[in-house]
Amino acid sequence: MIYNFYIFDKQGNLLYYQEWTRLKQSGITCEEEAKLMYGMIYSMKSFVNKISPTDIRDGYMHYKTNKNALHILETSSGLKFVMNTDTASTGIKDFMNQFYLKIWLEYVVKNPFCLPEKPITSELFKAKCDEFIKQSTFYGGIKSI
Amino acid sequence: YIVSKSGGLIFNLDHNVPKVENEKTFSYPLDLKLEYDSKKVCVVFGQKDGITVGHVLSAINGVNVNGVTLEDGRDAREIIENKDNYPLNLRFHRPKMTTNEKIVLASTFYPLFAIASQLSPEPKSSGIEMLETETFKLNCFQTLTGVKFILISEPSQAGMEILLKKIYELYADYVLKNPFYSLEMPIRCELFDTNLQSLLEQVEKNGVSSI
Repeated sequence: MIYNFYIFDKQGNLLYYQEWTRLKQSGITCEEEAKLMYGMIYSMKSFVNKISPTDIRDGYMHYKTNKNALHILETSSGLKFVMNTDTASTGIKDFMNQFYLKIWLEYVVKNPFCLPEKPITSELFKAKCDEFIKQSTFYGGIKSI
Repeated sequence: YIVSKSGGLIFNLDHNVPKVENEKTFSYPLDLKLEYDSKKVCVVFGQKDGITVGHVLSAINGVNVNGVTLEDGRDAREIIENKDNYPLNLRFHRPKMTTNEKIVLASTFYPLFAIASQLSPEPKSSGIEMLETETFKLNCFQTLTGVKFILISEPSQAGMEILLKKIYELYADYVLKNPFYSLEMPIRCELFDTNLQSLLEQVEKNGVSSI
C-alpha cells in the first residue's frame, strides 16, 4: 500500500504532497518534514554516488526499513518523486515512471496556470493523482487481504 | 563496514572491488573539460569512451600522477595545457576512497539511518535495512547494542541478511572475546580478518546457502 507521496523541484522546494494511509504523524509541521526529507534525500544521493563501486546512470533508488520502503525517482531535470510504500510492493520504479509520463506531464507541464517551481494548486492534478494511485495495484494491497 | 554505536567506523574491508580504468590518446585541444583543484585533476564535462564525469586523472604517458603532480615532480596542468606535448596518453579512473573519506561516509550514514526511521509513516519503524540502487545494494544489520554491520554487494545477490548475521557471529567470537579489544575502538584483530576473508570467499564460490 502507498502511504504518502512528495514531489520536490531541483531547488528542494516541496511542490506537492499527498497522503493516504499514514499511521504515524511525525510531530513536526508538513514544511519542516519536507525539508527534513529533502535533506535526507540530498545527502543520500551524495552518499550513494561516493560509495558506489561503479558509475551511477539513473536516478532511481529505494531503501527499506522493517516497516516501510521509500522510493526515490529523480528525473534529469532535477525533479524528485518520493513515495512511501509497504515493503512487499515491487516494480514501483515502472509505476513512478508511468506517473511521471501520464499524470505529471499531462496535468502539470501542459497546464499553463501551473507555474514552474511553485507548489501545485491544480485541483485536476490532485484528483487525477489520487485516482491514479488508487487504481494501482499497490494501493491498499496488503491490508485488504 | 562495521560502524560503532556512536557512528564511528571501526572496521572496513574491501573485497574484490572492480577497478574502472580507461586509457586513451588525446590530441590538442582536449575534448574533455578538466577541473584542477588542490588535490586532483577531475573530469567535469565531456563523457566519452568510458571516461565519465567525476573520473580522476591517474597517469600521463604511463607515468603515474600523484594528486596534481607527476611522479617525477612535473605539474600535470602545465603538461596538459602545453600544445607541444601532444599527442598525450592520459589514463583516467574512478576516484578511490581514502580512509578518511570512508570515515566521513560512515558517519553520513548514521543520520540517514536515524532520519529514515523518524520519517516513516508507520509507528515503531526501524532505520534503513536495505538501500538499493542500480549499481549496488547496501544491507545494514543493527545489533541490539547499536553496532551496525553494513555490507555492500551486487544488486542481484540474495541472502545478504544471513551473511550479515554470520559476520556478527564472527564479530562476537573473535572481537568481543579478544581481551585486548576495547569497545568503540577500531578492530585490529588478525583472527577476525582471516575468518571474515575466508567466509567471503566461501560465499563467493558456493553462495550463501553453504554457510
